Amino acid sequence: MSLPVLDLVPVWTLVLGLGVFLYVLLDGFDLGVGILYGFAPDRDSRNLVMNSIAPIWDGNETWLVLGGLALMAAFPLAFAIIIPAVYFPIAIMLLALIFRGVAFEFRYRDAEHRTFWDRAFNYGSVLGAFAQGVVLGAFIQGFQTEGRHFAGGSFDCFTPFSLLTGVALVFGYSLLGAGWLILKTEGALQDWARALGRRALIGVLIGIALVSLWTPWAKPEIAERWFAWPHIVILAPVPIVTALIAYWEWRSLNNRSEAAPFIGAILLFVMSYLGLAISLFPLIVPYKFTLWDAASSPSTQAFLLVGTVFLLPVILMYSGWSYWVFRGKVRGDLGYH
Amino acid sequence: MDPVVLSRIQFAWVIAWHFLLPAFTIGLAAFIAVLEGLNLITGREIYLRISTFWIKIFAVSFGMGVVSGIVMPFQIGTNWSRYSDATANVVGPLLAYEGLTAFFLEAAFLGVLLFGRKLVPPWAHFIAALMVALGTLFSTFWIIATNSWMQTPAGYEIVDGRFLPKDWLQIIFSPSFPYRLAHVVDAVYITTGFVVVGVAASYLRHGRFVAEARTMLSMTLWLLTVLVPLQFLLGDAHGLNTLEHQPAKLAAIEAIWNTHSDVELNLFAIPDEKAETDRYVVAIPDLGSLILTHDLHGTVHGLKDFPADQRPSPIVVPFFGFRIMVGIAVIMLAMVVTSLWLRWRGELFHANWFLWCCTLASPLGFIAVTAGWATTEVGRQPWTVYGLLRTRDSVSPSLTGLDVGISLLGYCLVYLVMFSAGFALMVRLVRLGPIEAAAEPDAIEGGRPAGPVQALPAAETGRRS
Repeated sequence: MSLPVLDLVPVWTLVLGLGVFLYVLLDGFDLGVGILYGFAPDRDSRNLVMNSIAPIWDGNETWLVLGGLALMAAFPLAFAIIIPAVYFPIAIMLLALIFRGVAFEFRYRDAEHRTFWDRAFNYGSVLGAFAQGVVLGAFIQGFQTEGRHFAGGSFDCFTPFSLLTGVALVFGYSLLGAGWLILKTEGALQDWARALGRRALIGVLIGIALVSLWTPWAKPEIAERWFAWPHIVILAPVPIVTALIAYWEWRSLNNRSEAAPFIGAILLFVMSYLGLAISLFPLIVPYKFTLWDAASSPSTQAFLLVGTVFLLPVILMYSGWSYWVFRGKVRGDLGYH
Repeated sequence: MDPVVLSRIQFAWVIAWHFLLPAFTIGLAAFIAVLEGLNLITGREIYLRISTFWIKIFAVSFGMGVVSGIVMPFQIGTNWSRYSDATANVVGPLLAYEGLTAFFLEAAFLGVLLFGRKLVPPWAHFIAALMVALGTLFSTFWIIATNSWMQTPAGYEIVDGRFLPKDWLQIIFSPSFPYRLAHVVDAVYITTGFVVVGVAASYLRHGRFVAEARTMLSMTLWLLTVLVPLQFLLGDAHGLNTLEHQPAKLAAIEAIWNTHSDVELNLFAIPDEKAETDRYVVAIPDLGSLILTHDLHGTVHGLKDFPADQRPSPIVVPFFGFRIMVGIAVIMLAMVVTSLWLRWRGELFHANWFLWCCTLASPLGFIAVTAGWATTEVGRQPWTVYGLLRTRDSVSPSLTGLDVGISLLGYCLVYLVMFSAGFALMVRLVRLGPIEAAAEPDAIEGGRPAGPVQALPAAETGRRS
C-alpha cells in the first residue's frame, strides 16, 4: 500500500484541533455538571443533575482518548515531549476521572456508600478539571527540552500561572455545566443553576483577563504577535467580541433564556481557543517545535486519514443521534418510588 | 528506586487490572448478543430474562473497563515517551484506529443496549447488542495487532533510530498476530464462559432461578466443550510461532539453559539466573521436544545461547506464569470432559460436587489470562520492540524514581478501591439474580430520559422493602 505524498499536516491540525475542542466542550460541560453537583441542595436535585449527563458522559470522554491518540499518531514528537512533562497533572486527571466515571453506576447500586460516591463524583470532577487546566497552563508556558525529549523535572509544570489556569478552567467548565443544566432543568433547580452560572462567569472573566495580561507580559513572542503593527488592528476584534459575548452571557443568565447561557459559554470557549491558537500557531510544542517539525511520516498520516475521513462523520452522526434520543428536560417525577 | 523498574511495575499494575474487564466484557457482549438473537428467533422469554440479568452486570464492568482503559494510552506517553517517539509512526495509527472503530461504536450502542429495550423494536435491540459485541472485537483486533507488532515487528524501516512504516499490511498482520488474536479471543470467551457456568451452578445448588440456571449452564458448557480443546490447539500453534520468532522467550518459559535435543519437560523447577541452572527439577524426559518442536528428538535453544543482557528477566515470571496458565487449562479440560460424562448420565444439573467445582472454577479464567499475559510480556523483555528497542531505552528520560513511586502509589490505592467496590457490586447483582432483573421497569419512555440511572435501583428499592 503506497499512498501519494501530500502535505497532510494542515488537515491533521484541523482534525486534532476539532477533536481537542470537542473534548473540551463535551466533557467540559459534564465535568462542570459534576463540579456544580457539590452545591446541589438535596438528593432529588442531585439525582436530576446526574441524570442530565448519565447517558452521554461515556461518549464525551471518548474524545479524550481520541485526542491523545491522534496527537500520538499525527504529531508524535509533541506527544513524547508534552505528556511526560505534565506527568502529575495527567496522573491526577486519570485517577480523578476513574472515580468520577464509576460513581455513575456505583452511586445507584451501592446505597450504603452513596455519600462516598457522591463525593467521588464531585471531587473527581473538580480535580479532573483543575488538572486539565494545569496542563493548559504548562503548555502555554512551554517546556524545557533536549533534543527530542523533555528535559525538565516532573514538578516544573506546577507554577503560579498553571495553578491559575487550573482554577480558571474549573470556573470555565462550571459555566458550561451551568449552561447545560439551565437547558435541561426547570423551576427552582434552573434558578439555582443560573445563580451558580453567574458566579462561574465572574470567575471565568477574571481568569480570561489574567491569562490575557500575563501571557504577553511573560512571553515577548506572544506580545509581538498581538501588539505589533498591523496585528493590533487585525486582531482587535478578538478581545472586543469576547467582551460582547461576556456581556450577552451575563444578561442571559439573568433573564429567562433557556439556551442562550449554554451557547454563550460555548462561544466564550471558542474565543479563548481562538486566542490561544493565534498566540501559538504554528507551534505544537510551544517555542520549540512547529506542527511540521512534530508531524509523523506522510505514510502514517495518510494511512490514518483514510479511515478517519470515513469514520469521523459516522461517529459525529451517531453521537448526535444519541443526544437526540435523550433530548428535552430531565424529569423528576420518574425513577424512585 | 530505578524509574525503569517502577515504570514497568506501574504499567503491569494498570494493564493487568484493566485487562480483567475486557477479558470478561468481550465474552459477555457476545453472550448477550447470542441470547438476544435466540430470543428473537425462538421467541422464548427465558433468553430475555437471562440477557437482561447479564446486561446489568455488563454495565458495571464495562464502565470500569472504559475508565481504566483511558489510563492506558496516557501511560505510554507519561512513562514511555522514548518508546512513543521511536514507534508512534507505526503503532500510533493502530491505537487511533481502535478509538475510531471500537470506542465510539460501543459508547453509542451501549446506551440503546442498557436503556432502550422498550424504545426500539426487538431486532434493533439485538443489532445494538451485536454492535457492542463487534466493537469489543474491533478493539481486540487493534490492540493485539499493536502488541504483536512489538513482539514480532515487521513492515518497518529504521531511520534515525525511529521506526517508520513501510508496509501497513505487514505491520498489522505481523508474524505472531493471527496466533495471538485467536488465542486471546478464545481465552476471553472461555473466561466469561466459566463465570457464567459458576453463577448458574450456584443458583442450581441453592435451587434458585432453576430454569434460567439450567439454560445458562447447559448452553455455556456446550460452548466450552468446543472452546477449551480448541485453545490447546491454538496455544500449541502460538508456541510454535514463539519458538520460531522469539526463541529466548521460549527458553525462558521452559527454563532451558543449554541448547540440546531430546529436551525434557520441566514440570517444576526453581530457575537460578545467577548460576544459570535450574534447582529442584521435576521433569519428564523427551516430552519437551515433542511439545515444543513436535519431534521427540527436536533441538531447542537454551538461554545460554543469548547474552545475559538479552534474556527475559525475571525468568521466574514466564516460567511459572506459563505453568499456571497451562495448569488451569488442564483443570478446565477435565471439567469439560466431566460435564460431558454427567450430561450423558443425565446428572449434569444434580451432581452437587460438580456444581461446587463450577462455582470454585469461576475465577480461573482471569488467573489464566493474567498469567498468560505476564508470560508473554515479561518473556519479551528486555525489549519493548523485540530485539530492536530496549525497555530501558524506552522510558521517559525526565522521570525520577520518586516521581514514579508517587504515581504508582496513587494508582495502587485508586485501583484497589475501585476494583473491590466494583467486585462487591457485581456479587450483589448476582445475588439478586435474573427474576428481579427482569422485573425492573424500563428506563426510558417516549424518547425522553426517565432518568437512566434513577430507574436502575428500582429493583433494589423494591427488594429492600
